[in-house]
Amino acid sequence: MLPDLPHAIVLLGNYVVVPGLAYAAQLALGALGITLVFGILRFANLAHGDLMAFGTMVAVLVTWQFQAWGLGLGPLPTGLLALPVAILAASAAALAADRLVFRYYRRVHSAPIVLVMASVGVMFILNGIVRFIIGPDDQSFSDGARFIIRAREFRQLTGLEEGLAIKTTQCLTVAVAVVVVAALFWFLQRTRTGKSMRAYSDNEDLALLSGINPDRVVAITWIIAASLAAIAGTLYGLDKSFKPFTYFQLLLPMFAAAIVGGIGQPLGAIAGGFIVAFSELTVTYAYKKFLHYLLPDAWEPTGLAQLLSTDYKFAVSFVILVLVLLFRPTGLFRGRLL
Amino acid sequence: MHRVLAAAAGAVLIASAAHADEVKIGVMVGFTGPIESLAPDIAAGAELAISEVSDSGNLLGGSSVTAVRGDTTCTDAAAATAAMDRLVTSDRVNAVVGGDCSGVTTAMLQNVAKATGIVMISPSATSPALSTIEDNGLFFRTAPSDARQGQVLTEVIMERGHKTIALTYTNNDYGKGLADSIKTNFEAAGGTVTISVAHEDGKGDYSAEVAALAAAGGDVLVVAGYLDQGGKGIIQASLDTGAFDTFVLPDGMIGDTITDAFGSDLDGSFGTHPGTDSTGAATFGDMATAAGFKAGPFTAEAYDAAALLLLAMQAAGSSDSGMLKDTVLQVANAPGEMIFPGELAKALEIIAGGGDVDYVGASAVELIGPGESAGNYREVEVRGGKFETARYR
Repeated sequence: MLPDLPHAIVLLGNYVVVPGLAYAAQLALGALGITLVFGILRFANLAHGDLMAFGTMVAVLVTWQFQAWGLGLGPLPTGLLALPVAILAASAAALAADRLVFRYYRRVHSAPIVLVMASVGVMFILNGIVRFIIGPDDQSFSDGARFIIRAREFRQLTGLEEGLAIKTTQCLTVAVAVVVVAALFWFLQRTRTGKSMRAYSDNEDLALLSGINPDRVVAITWIIAASLAAIAGTLYGLDKSFKPFTYFQLLLPMFAAAIVGGIGQPLGAIAGGFIVAFSELTVTYAYKKFLHYLLPDAWEPTGLAQLLSTDYKFAVSFVILVLVLLFRPTGLFRGRLL
Repeated sequence: MHRVLAAAAGAVLIASAAHADEVKIGVMVGFTGPIESLAPDIAAGAELAISEVSDSGNLLGGSSVTAVRGDTTCTDAAAATAAMDRLVTSDRVNAVVGGDCSGVTTAMLQNVAKATGIVMISPSATSPALSTIEDNGLFFRTAPSDARQGQVLTEVIMERGHKTIALTYTNNDYGKGLADSIKTNFEAAGGTVTISVAHEDGKGDYSAEVAALAAAGGDVLVVAGYLDQGGKGIIQASLDTGAFDTFVLPDGMIGDTITDAFGSDLDGSFGTHPGTDSTGAATFGDMATAAGFKAGPFTAEAYDAAALLLLAMQAAGSSDSGMLKDTVLQVANAPGEMIFPGELAKALEIIAGGGDVDYVGASAVELIGPGESAGNYREVEVRGGKFETARYR
């Protein structure tokens, strides 16, 4: 039998490429927030995952309210309409955390590790607030048209045996991520504020001497990081589902993404997001059927042809993290050292 | 006015002193955790029998019965043990209806019930391991073992013409026991199980798990999990990727949260859960509606568990677990007058008069072997986004 390329490609597209793209975009947005905070405030913010959960919680609550009022976006999820409120709330939470916790440690010039530990405290508080308000359970808040194309429709359309499903939320995630990233880069490269942020990141003393207002830079950094967190969290929640604990778990792949790309480097965070997402998926994917389409019958594997059980998905980020820190601690894009 | 109130309070005190032998029944189910959407109705089922007996005034010469709730969490053995310990040592319950999930039930039995000699009747713990456990005669269940559910489910799948299945189960005693039973029975019946893998509950995304299941293939996917947890995630990811569109749903997956979430996308999926079409089930359904809860999965078994405990007390002439453990089988099985739901007062009278009863109850209870239900199953099918009864087995 000749290799059956169309089926193999569709199969891989359905289970690896399409979900991988959406997941990578979500990770990249999260990693961008981490990398920005690290680049400008110079500490690893472990509260980022729960900041995401906080923003998403607000998005969920506002979505429910909008649904009760009958407001909606037709085929698009109502969650998109709730996003601005979520961004505001997450920004407010981040600014409050900075005012109450981080500002003090910055004033007394604490070592970065002290700020990291303080962020663990902030993480637990946010964690508690989210569970207190919305509870620890799974919440579903996606509505609108769930699919752009369903697996069954794809099969009928193309006559292939394998289906390819594309969810509205997957497309939306990638589209929103592209827009947000483009806007962020434009902001950092072209605007005065963006330039002052980069200057502050490159050399704090020199930036201060040239008259940059540090409080303003810090506040804007938090607002951008929190907005990215709220957007990433809401998109992840729409695509999968919202559960506070999963957001805490996302911290690891997001940090891995930021470090792989080179922490402090926005471009690196995006590349890192893609590397981590696709490593997780390709290492745990069972290639049995894929090989069935490509190889002659006699060579077809009897097992699942799966490198690692899906239970080890999170271990993949750990391994990448360790390898990168061992062999290229500055990451792909020559970021800072942690 | 104060004097009147004081007098009333005094009267209440005296009245309760007259019934000093108040009987307490622990009701232990997972009010939080993966089956929390089922737990309130299960508890309500047990409490319905308890209040029926208490109101009759026929138990042990007029003892009142109260229910004390405890949370098993369904998954956390330490939390379940602590809750059971509190019920036994602090609330001083005479016997317990519970636990719900097999793992925590085993822990409660091993750590507390055996040490304190408290009888437990579980309405829903279905692990085959509980059939052979060393229980000092203290453990009974009104739910059948999953060894039986594996046979029934195999029959259902085969009759619907599916010869290959993919199987995924929640990674605990219940899931493993049920999956093993399904696999053994299905292969013995000449079918093929392409894959049998565990899934962890509480993840955000199950698309990787489903990708592995899809790679192995199969006519249908058997999801031996929980409807509020990983089981739901697996179905979601399967429907999203088009990996499977027909699902076989064992008892832990049958409930309204599943059909509410997926609606008619689930049409054609089917499953089984303990249930019966005996007249008792219909009567119980009406009683449940009147009491304001839904006769969903395991509610009838919970009613029967509580009823059996109380009838056994009457037969033993004592509310002590050490005595009643020997009379449970006697009231549950023939010979004797058949007892249906709502007839507990009559049953108590018969026993008090020296007669014999054969408790049939809401789930057609027949205790076999080490004190577990022989097993009647309701086969359900999703039609128009709702679970409909296909037949009883």
